[in-house]
Amino acid sequence: MIYQGKQKIWSDYQKEIPDDHWYYVRSCIRQNFFPASEKMFLEICRDVLGKDVHENEHHTTCGGIAYHCDTIPQETAMTIVARQFALMTEAGYENYAASCITSFGNYTEILETWHEFPELETKIRELLWKSCRKEFKKPKYLAHTSDLIYKFRNEIAEKAKFRLVNKETGEPLRVVEHIGCHYSKMFPSKGVGGAEYPYVLAGMIESWGGNVIDYPERRHCCGYGFRQYHVKANRSYSLSNTYKKFESMEPYKPDMIITNCPGCPYFLDRWQYVIAETEGKTYGQNGFGIPVLTYEEVAGLVLGYDPWDLGLQLHQVGAEPLLDKIGIEYNPEDKYKGLDKKDLMRPELPTNLKCF
Amino acid sequence: MNIFGFRISPSSAINLDNVDKERFRELCRIEPDAVRCMACGSCSATCPAAGFSGMSVRKVLLYLQRGKEEEAFKLMSNCMLCGKCTMVCPRGINTRHLILSICRIYDKEEKK
Amino acid sequence: MKEIVVIIGGGIAGLEAASQLLKLGYSPIIVEKSDRLGGHVARWNRLFPDMTPAQDLVSELIASSKDANIFLNTEISFINRLKDSYNIMLSNGISIISKYILYTTGFRLFEAQKKEEYGYGIYNQVITNADLEHWFNTNKDDRISGKDIKSIGFVHCVGSRDEKARNSQCSKVCCITAIKQAIELKEKYPEAEIYCFYMDLRLFGKKFEDFYTKAQRDHGIHFIRGRVSEVSENINGQVIVKAEDTLAGKPLKVTLDLLVLMSGMVCNPDSTKSASMLSLPIDSDGFLKSSDNVFHITSSPRKGIYYAGACTGPKTVPETLAEARSAVLEIHSTITGEAR
Repeated sequence: MIYQGKQKIWSDYQKEIPDDHWYYVRSCIRQNFFPASEKMFLEICRDVLGKDVHENEHHTTCGGIAYHCDTIPQETAMTIVARQFALMTEAGYENYAASCITSFGNYTEILETWHEFPELETKIRELLWKSCRKEFKKPKYLAHTSDLIYKFRNEIAEKAKFRLVNKETGEPLRVVEHIGCHYSKMFPSKGVGGAEYPYVLAGMIESWGGNVIDYPERRHCCGYGFRQYHVKANRSYSLSNTYKKFESMEPYKPDMIITNCPGCPYFLDRWQYVIAETEGKTYGQNGFGIPVLTYEEVAGLVLGYDPWDLGLQLHQVGAEPLLDKIGIEYNPEDKYKGLDKKDLMRPELPTNLKCF
Repeated sequence: MNIFGFRISPSSAINLDNVDKERFRELCRIEPDAVRCMACGSCSATCPAAGFSGMSVRKVLLYLQRGKEEEAFKLMSNCMLCGKCTMVCPRGINTRHLILSICRIYDKEEKK
Repeated sequence: MKEIVVIIGGGIAGLEAASQLLKLGYSPIIVEKSDRLGGHVARWNRLFPDMTPAQDLVSELIASSKDANIFLNTEISFINRLKDSYNIMLSNGISIISKYILYTTGFRLFEAQKKEEYGYGIYNQVITNADLEHWFNTNKDDRISGKDIKSIGFVHCVGSRDEKARNSQCSKVCCITAIKQAIELKEKYPEAEIYCFYMDLRLFGKKFEDFYTKAQRDHGIHFIRGRVSEVSENINGQVIVKAEDTLAGKPLKVTLDLLVLMSGMVCNPDSTKSASMLSLPIDSDGFLKSSDNVFHITSSPRKGIYYAGACTGPKTVPETLAEARSAVLEIHSTITGEAR
C-alpha cells in the first residue's frame, strides 16, 4: 500500500462543507436501529461545538427505500424531496444535512437529474404546488452528516477523553471503515475522498488515533441492498454478501467497524449473529463478534459519553471487549436499564455468538 | 437447526485461485490445440444437439479452464460425436478427438 | 540555399524524417523538449513481432540523422504565420523562419492512476506496460525483482476505448504489446500463470495472430474476455482482481503477484498547445486532425504544415516510420514544385 497515492486521490476529492447553519433531516430507520446516534450528532454539533443545526418535525421520509425497492417512481420521490427543500427554505436555511446515506444519495441524484433535465424540475415544482401549495429553493450546500463530523474531526479530537488506542499495548486500534454505497459510488465528486478510496471515515479514524484497515472486499456492499433484504426470498443473498466481507476482513483481526449508513451497521452487526448461529463462525476474539458502530457513537465514545447513553446495548455484537481495549469505564449492571434506571429486561443470548 | 429460513448461499463466481489446473494441463499435453479456441461459437452454431441441449464445445473448454467441470460434463453428455464442429472450426481444432480425450482424462472424476 | 524544415519532436518519426530530408539535401532542424532523442521507443526494450531490440532501431535512426540541427531541452515558445512562411520562436531564444513545419509530436501515455479502481500508485504490485519495459531494460524495480512471482495479470485497454477516461479510441498496439510482454514474462517465470483481461483482441498486423496463438499454445497464457472492474490488496500484499468472464457469463476473481496495466496512447497536450498557435484543427479524439484520414494523413489543412506518426492517432512503429517517409516525400514534392 502506498499511502501517498491515496493522499493524492483524497486531495482531488475535497468537497466544500460550510462551517455552520445547517438544516438537519433524520433517517427513517436509524432511530430504531441506533437510537442515540442522531441525538449524539445534535448534541455534538450544538453543545460541544456550538453550531446552529435546525430540525423541523414536519419532515418525512425522502422516499429512498421505496424508490430503491421499485415501489414508487422517481417523480414521486422527487416531489417528496421538493417538499423537504420547501421546509428548509421556509426555515430560512440553505445548507442541507441528511443523516441517512440513501437520502444523501437520493438528494444528490435528484439535484443532478434536475441539473441535466431542467424541465423535470419545473414539472416537480408544479406537482409540489398542486399537492402542498409549497415552493422551494434548492440547497446551496448538500452534505451527509458524516461530512460534518469529518469536518470537525480534529476539534473533536482536541476535546476527546479517549483515543482509539489499545490501552494495554499502546497500539492504535485496527479499524475497518465501511461507507454506505449511496454516499459516493453514484457521484464520486460529492463524497469526501471519492468513490474508490473514500476518506470521510478514514479521516475520523486517523484523527482519533486508530489505524485504518484496507482489506480486499472493502468496497463491497454491506449486504443490505434493499431488494436483497426486504424481499425475504432474496435474504440469503444479503447474508452471503455480508459473509463475503467478514471472510475478507478476518485476517486483519479488526478491533471494530465504523460506518456512516443506516443499513450497514445494522446488517454488519445482526448478520454476525446469523452467521454465528447458522455456521458457528465468529469473527472477534474469544467467540465475540466485531463491534460495529456508527460514527456518532464512535465520536461519543472518544468524547467520553457513557456507552449505555450511546445505546450500545442495542447492538447485537457486544461492545464490551472494545470498551475494555480503549479503557472506557462502564457499569455492566446498567446495560439494560432505561434512562429512568428501571430494568428494561434482558434479551435472550445467542448460542454461538458470545455476548453479555 | 436453522431457525432463519435462509442461509449463506454458495458462490457461483469463478475463483481462479481454487481451480485445479493440473488435469487441464494433462489434457493439453495430448491436445495442445485445446487452448487455441478463440470463442467464435462456430462449433455451437453447427451443433445439431445445441438447440435443445445447450451443448457447446466452446463452453466445455471454457468451463474446464474455469474450474466448472460439473457444468462441462453436463454439456458433454449431449454430444453425439457427429463431428460437424470439427469441420467448421477456423482454428482447425479436432474437436471430436478433443472430446474423446476429455472423456478419457476426466473419466475418473466423472465415475465418482 | 538549402531549404529548412522544422521538425517538432525527436522521437522515431522526427528522426526518420530528418534522416530522409538529409538524404534529399535539405536542412532539417529537430526541436526536442526532453534531453534525449528516440521518444517512447528509446525507453522500450524489444519490439513486436520479431523481438527486435528497440535500442538498435533508435541508435540507427540517431546515427542517420546526426547531421541535422538538433535542439534538445527546447520547447516551442510561439509560432506565428508570416506571408508565406512561419516564424518559430524557441525556448532557448533562437528564432527560425521556415516555410515547412513537420509535427512529429507523438502521443502521451495514459496516466494509469486516473483509473482509480486499478490502484496504480496505491497498490505496490500494480505496474504499467512502460514500467515493465523499464524493468526489462534495467532489471531495476522492487515491485518485480526478487519477488516470488507465481501469477501475473495484464489489463488491456487502460484508458483506451473508455469514454469515462475521455479516450474513446483504440490504442492499437496494446493487445499485441500485452501478448509480447506476457510471453517475455512467461520466459522469465515459466511456472507463473499469466492472465490477459481483454475486451476484444485486435491483432491486425503482420504476424500478430501467430503471436497470439503462440502465446496460447506454446506459453499457456490464459485469455479472459472481460474488463477488470476493481483491484484490491490482500494481507500478503498480493492484488486481487475482479472482472466478469463475459464468455462464461460469471463474475471472476483471481489473486495475482503482479498486475500490468496496458496504458493506452492519448493525445500529447504539447502538440495541441503549439497547434492552437496556428489554429490547426483538433480531431474529436484529441489528436491533430489530418486534412483527410484516407488520402492525406500527413497533411494539415494549412500550407507548409505536415504531420507524421502518433500525433494524429495511435500508430505502430512501422506505420510511424512509413508516415515519416511519406511526409518527407510530400514536403519534397512541394518544394520542387515551387522551385519549378
